[in-house]
Amino acid sequence: MLPNATLIGELIAFLVFVVFCMKYVWPPIIGAIEERQKKIADGLAASEEGEKALELAQADADVQLKEAKAQAAEIIDQAKKRGTQIVDEETQRGHSEREKIIAQGYSEVEAERNRTKEELRKQVAALAITGAEKILEREIDAAAQSDIVAKLVAEL
Amino acid sequence: MAASGDEQSVSAYIQHHLTNASVGEGFWTFHIDTLAWSVVLGLVFLISFRSAAKKMTTGVPGKWQACVELVVEFVDNTVKGTYQGKSPVIAPLALTIFVWVLLMNLMDLIPVDLIPYIAQNIGIMMGVDPHDVYIKSVPTTDTSMTFALSLGVFALMIFYSIKIKGVGGFMKELYAHPFNTPWLYWFNFILEVVALIAKPLSLALRLFGNLYAGELIFILIAGTIGLWQLPIHFLWAAFHLLVIPLQAFIFMMLTIVYLSMASEKH
Repeated sequence: MLPNATLIGELIAFLVFVVFCMKYVWPPIIGAIEERQKKIADGLAASEEGEKALELAQADADVQLKEAKAQAAEIIDQAKKRGTQIVDEETQRGHSEREKIIAQGYSEVEAERNRTKEELRKQVAALAITGAEKILEREIDAAAQSDIVAKLVAEL
Repeated sequence: MAASGDEQSVSAYIQHHLTNASVGEGFWTFHIDTLAWSVVLGLVFLISFRSAAKKMTTGVPGKWQACVELVVEFVDNTVKGTYQGKSPVIAPLALTIFVWVLLMNLMDLIPVDLIPYIAQNIGIMMGVDPHDVYIKSVPTTDTSMTFALSLGVFALMIFYSIKIKGVGGFMKELYAHPFNTPWLYWFNFILEVVALIAKPLSLALRLFGNLYAGELIFILIAGTIGLWQLPIHFLWAAFHLLVIPLQAFIFMMLTIVYLSMASEKH
């Protein structure tokens, strides 16, 4: 029952086993475990960072989208304004053109009427002279009576 | 095999099972079976763990690697939770003690007659009387084994005490501890020395006692109650299954505690 020399052998075995475990078993295993733990921790940190970056990017995108929308609305507004402006201008121009054309037409018609009137007057004068010649049935010195004719023409 | 009823043969049966295969006389007796089984089991531990250590990967671990890592991490956490200082020895020491003692304790679950029966048949083949063939396959039921472990731990305790506190500090801890008055130093010294020696003694005897008792009950069941032994063996094995890892864990835990106490500065 009491310990005997076996104890010495077991002590040596114990020593050898512990030294072997210390040198060749423990370090690689615990090293790998710790490295993996670090890897996992790093991965988790990276994923968290990525999530944060994503959030930031999303917020940024939201802001940009809003800006773009505002800009687009502004451009559309401007275009509309410009459009109405152009339409107004063109209408204005059209109106003035029409007035001008109408005015021109009027003046032309007026001029034509005047000219026709003049012609008619001349023809009536000539007709009157011819009528007078026939009525008098005598030669009248056209030159001597021209002042009377001119008076007649002016009275027409 | 199991002896029939006769008291004489029952006690002879038990006696036979509790005798080590030994060479030598007196103190210089070597228990061949204890030595052989413990060394074989130690090699089983070292080779299997070394094979995992060689193929260690930081990526996805294989099944055996995951198992080894489980044990190593368990021991590492226990050491880190108890031992405050930094030492490259404590954690591998604790791992060796835990797994080695666990393997040796697990030998207790092999049917008590199986290994002696095989050994006796080999003995018959080699022309030896089977009654002279002794084999005890659980090394931790041998005080030589448990004391070897506890004395190894004790030596480390002394080593750490002196290394961290110096010879003077270690001595001072022995005589100036509970009552710090010079006229009570002799009393302190007696108390502290008893406490110091009690540590390896209790460490060795606790493991030995638990495993020896368990082994003895297996032998008693096998030797006395015939066929009824089968369910009772099962019951006792189921109960003993708790004792086996628990004792290995307690031995490891106390080793760590003692060593952390030894390396504590006051």
